[in-house]
Amino acid sequence: MTTPPDRALTRRLALQRSAQVAGLLALTGLVPAHAAVAAGRAAFDAPSVNGALQALGAGAAPLESADVILTAPDIAENGAVVPLTVSSLLTGIQSLVILVEKNPSILCAVFHLSDAVDANLSTRIKMDQTSPVYGVALMQDGRALFARKDVQVTVGGCGGD
Amino acid sequence: MPNPTRIRAQSNGTSATVRVLMAHAMESGRRKDAAGKLVPPWHIQQVTATHNGKVVLTADWGTAVSQNPYLQFVVRGAKAGDTIGIAWTDNRGETRSDAATVM
Repeated sequence: MTTPPDRALTRRLALQRSAQVAGLLALTGLVPAHAAVAAGRAAFDAPSVNGALQALGAGAAPLESADVILTAPDIAENGAVVPLTVSSLLTGIQSLVILVEKNPSILCAVFHLSDAVDANLSTRIKMDQTSPVYGVALMQDGRALFARKDVQVTVGGCGGD
Repeated sequence: MPNPTRIRAQSNGTSATVRVLMAHAMESGRRKDAAGKLVPPWHIQQVTATHNGKVVLTADWGTAVSQNPYLQFVVRGAKAGDTIGIAWTDNRGETRSDAATVM
């Protein structure tokens, strides 16, 4: 069992920040009153993998699981287009989450599943630099199960210098 | 009006694989233009997929989804002739919704 390491900030601090951002957004009226939406947007500013997952409502510390499968290239020559697939045969998955630990914005995408779709999604993401990538299944009971893969990036794709 | 979303949905009788290609710049806010000025962030924030009008998948996206986002998912019970709809909203409030028939 491993948990993703926090970067620079503690989880508590991350949560506080997330809550502050959510509060500010709600005040400005930028975000609809729907609480889940506000929480979801705040998670995009979370400074750590764990912080982002907590902001998305993960109850317990994330657990690495062989039941979640993350398919990604070993080496991505172009960080602007990195193809990923996250899948799982588990039942009771609420959402699938993609996180890139060393991206400026760690949380990449959250997919809220219904009973009518398989837990099997493919998309393409941007990566700034070589980094661990996490595919996380947030379960209805609050557990967060993840698969991790290190992807080596030759040319960063976030546009920064 | 943004460019149309390309949707291809193919059923095998019990489920349909849906492949979506959205037309969007997905600017991260970190890229600089030729004059050295930062290009402001401009990206899709929310995506909704429907099957015959019923929402089957929603997604919240950050800046790290690639330009012209690609998305593939599987809809259970979708048969030939059904309708798959894709709608998105970006951080400027622009929206686009398209639909395709399952083949």
